Amino acid sequence: MLSNFDVQQLIFGRLTLEAIPHDPIIWASFVVVAIGGGALLGAVTYYRQWGYLWREWFTSIDHKKIGIMYCILAIVMLLRGFADAIMMILQKALAFGASDGYLPPHHYDQIFTAHGTIMIFFVAMPFVTGLMNYVMPLQIGARDVAFPFLNNFSFWMTAGGAVIIMISLFIGEFGRTGWLAYAPLSGAAYSPGVGVDYWIWGLQVAGVGTTLSGINLIATIVKMRAPGMTMMKMPIFTWTTLCSNILIVSIFPVLAATLALLSLDRYLGTHFFTNDLGGAPMMYVNLIWIWGHPEVYVLVLPAFGIYSEVTSTFCGKRLFGYTSMVYATAVIMILSWLVWLHHFFTMGAGPTVNAFFGITSMIISIPTGAKVFNWLFTMYRGRVRFEVPMLWVVGFIPTFVIGGLTGVLLAVPPADFVLHNNLFLVAHFHNVIIGGVLFGVLAGTVYWFPKAFGFKLDHFWGTVSFWFWLVGFYCVFMPLYWVGLMGAQRRWNHHDDPAMQIYFVFAFIGACLILCGIASFIWTFVVSYLKREQLRDLTGDPWNGRTLEWSTSSPPPPYNFAFTPVIHDQDAWWDMKKRGYTRPMQGFRPIHMPKNTGAGIIIAGFSTVLAFALIWYIWWLAALSFIGVLAAAIGHTFNYGRDYYIPAEVVAQVEHHRAAMLARQG
Amino acid sequence: MATHAPAAVNETETVRFFDIDEHGHAEGSTMLGFWVYLMSDSLIFAVLFATYGVLSRNYAAGPSPANLFDLPLIGLNTAMLLLSSITYGLAMLEVEKRRMGLTLFWLAVTGLFGLGFLSIELYEFSHLIHEGATPQRSAFLSAFFTLVGTHGLHVTFGIIWLVTLMFQLPMHGFIPDNHRRLMCLGMFWHFLDVVWIGVFTYVYLMGVLLT
Repeated sequence: MLSNFDVQQLIFGRLTLEAIPHDPIIWASFVVVAIGGGALLGAVTYYRQWGYLWREWFTSIDHKKIGIMYCILAIVMLLRGFADAIMMILQKALAFGASDGYLPPHHYDQIFTAHGTIMIFFVAMPFVTGLMNYVMPLQIGARDVAFPFLNNFSFWMTAGGAVIIMISLFIGEFGRTGWLAYAPLSGAAYSPGVGVDYWIWGLQVAGVGTTLSGINLIATIVKMRAPGMTMMKMPIFTWTTLCSNILIVSIFPVLAATLALLSLDRYLGTHFFTNDLGGAPMMYVNLIWIWGHPEVYVLVLPAFGIYSEVTSTFCGKRLFGYTSMVYATAVIMILSWLVWLHHFFTMGAGPTVNAFFGITSMIISIPTGAKVFNWLFTMYRGRVRFEVPMLWVVGFIPTFVIGGLTGVLLAVPPADFVLHNNLFLVAHFHNVIIGGVLFGVLAGTVYWFPKAFGFKLDHFWGTVSFWFWLVGFYCVFMPLYWVGLMGAQRRWNHHDDPAMQIYFVFAFIGACLILCGIASFIWTFVVSYLKREQLRDLTGDPWNGRTLEWSTSSPPPPYNFAFTPVIHDQDAWWDMKKRGYTRPMQGFRPIHMPKNTGAGIIIAGFSTVLAFALIWYIWWLAALSFIGVLAAAIGHTFNYGRDYYIPAEVVAQVEHHRAAMLARQG
Repeated sequence: MATHAPAAVNETETVRFFDIDEHGHAEGSTMLGFWVYLMSDSLIFAVLFATYGVLSRNYAAGPSPANLFDLPLIGLNTAMLLLSSITYGLAMLEVEKRRMGLTLFWLAVTGLFGLGFLSIELYEFSHLIHEGATPQRSAFLSAFFTLVGTHGLHVTFGIIWLVTLMFQLPMHGFIPDNHRRLMCLGMFWHFLDVVWIGVFTYVYLMGVLLT
């Protein structure tokens, strides 16, 4: 006979009322999220926008809309990730000597795990993917990506992963293992709760999306370039997108397999990464970094592409050393597969292995250095316009060089034995990820925003945001280098040496400056929206750009190009302007386009429920939602009518409207 | 430098900046995309092979391959899968001849061989577990069950896909969409064969003969 407890377990798995955290900080954040989210949902309902959102956005297979949704997801998650960051640094500034600070270890450990996970997987990744999605097809003169439905599905899987991570804040707990959940700490024996399972399934769901989006963008670049655009005429951002997506496809399967093995250890009691019965915990560390190291290049290569585009546009010059830039990108891509062991020189693999990985790691600085010189020489004797994107580039170069140099230092195995896992390392990778990736995506956002929305972002608030970020960044991380050299370890929630406290207080002040930077970044959107008529751009080419995305209207029509452009030069749009192109105004043809579909959000929704059920051992729900995934996926294959034609008259109407606008602008 | 623009001055009237006579959407990305997907899938297997390679001698005082594997049975199983690839090829030949009945027949035979393969694999697994050689017994067995089982899962999804296509083929006939799907499934099916040859050689043959 089933007791009451068994029935409850059958229905809810290990989910009980105990799973709701009793921490006042979490309660406060829950209230904030509930009020904010409720207000948003209420507003959408009140203004009857659900139908619009569903038809025009959620089910859209337009790469431009999907790109924008990725960027919005990234900005929302940035707020969460930053909230974690500032709580962490405040704890570090307070917890000295007799004071334990305000965060108990149980909570503090979840915060640093969530911060790393969110910032990499749900801020940097969607931001970069969003920009690649939006810009790359326009740059190569394509009308969409190779697999538009897959693109929508990929986005919703990424969003599903983010939802799982967010749920962990309010139901149950998150991992307390650090963002890569090293085994055996992350195994069932040492982390029996749901925290690591939230981490596993959040990444697993999002990872499916990332892999598919990688395949999609590779196929797009290889197969759908406009006539005349040979590989060596591709815009540099498209090149970096290609290399970044090759990396994605080569590493995310490794992450998926590694997470699957960890899940088997946790769910079925296998012995891949356990201490006993022949398990090999260091195998986990190897595998996770075989994914993890190339991952940072997945993020930074497109950022390099953005810097290149921005530099050449705002200096009014062709990019210096295009060919060397392409080769540098490719060499970085290849080398990034060969350096993973530098994350754990202390494993004890011996001097030969450590020397190999130390040297490959140092070699990466050569092509990267070549890129820095290319940017500098592009600026040299250019007419530099200090628009906001260019400010980010100028801030990026010295910042990234400092981060790169400390990286070369860490690549020396004996030095690494001293600095391993201390705050010097933390300062180093924030130096390259914030200074490299984040500055890049912020530059890209300001640079391409007028393309997506038809008006520029406010210059003043953009500049304010830049300076807050830049100064704040240095205030936070330069002290961390110093205390790292003094021996402060990462992930400690308490320090004994009172001499260090002043550095953490200084870092906290820096974090407050970054908070101002984020606030003014968001404020920029508000101000610019209010001033949109003043900031309006009717030409589609507000910066006097060089690549094809600036040849269409802003925002571009659904079909991007009424006639596919023919490319003669690497700066195709510049070439067209220079040689006096004329827009053909007749002979429009119907344009073949893919239809919207709800299949992506439905399958991703079932996957998210499946993940939640697996986290809480709610087996009936897991089975049901798995059947849902299968049925929805198979059902989607029965839909053969996936495309339609935009009639020639509609195209003609849109294009004539644009001609009128161009004439109005002068 | 080669990448610099030609010093164009007077060629404005000859250059064409728009393709005003284009013919439809760029087709044929699917095959490339599917190849890239297969490569990514093969990386999952690469991880599982590498893990097996690292852990394959970690018996933890439990059974080793020589005690466990029944090579004649695995040989039969291998034959099942290899034959299924041949029959899939025969189905594709019938597709080229546009013969629906024979296409479906060979697809069904392929599916049955696939089911036979899975049944033998499940029999082997249950036999091992019955003998106490469970995935929880040692790291070697964890890696073995996971590698072979992941391949088996792939075959299972392949069969589901095959059955789906067997419904869709008569519904729509040999239209380009269906042809493309058959090509993709074919690539998937043969890919699983290649992976199995790796499993058979590395796990079973080398496991029994080289220990």
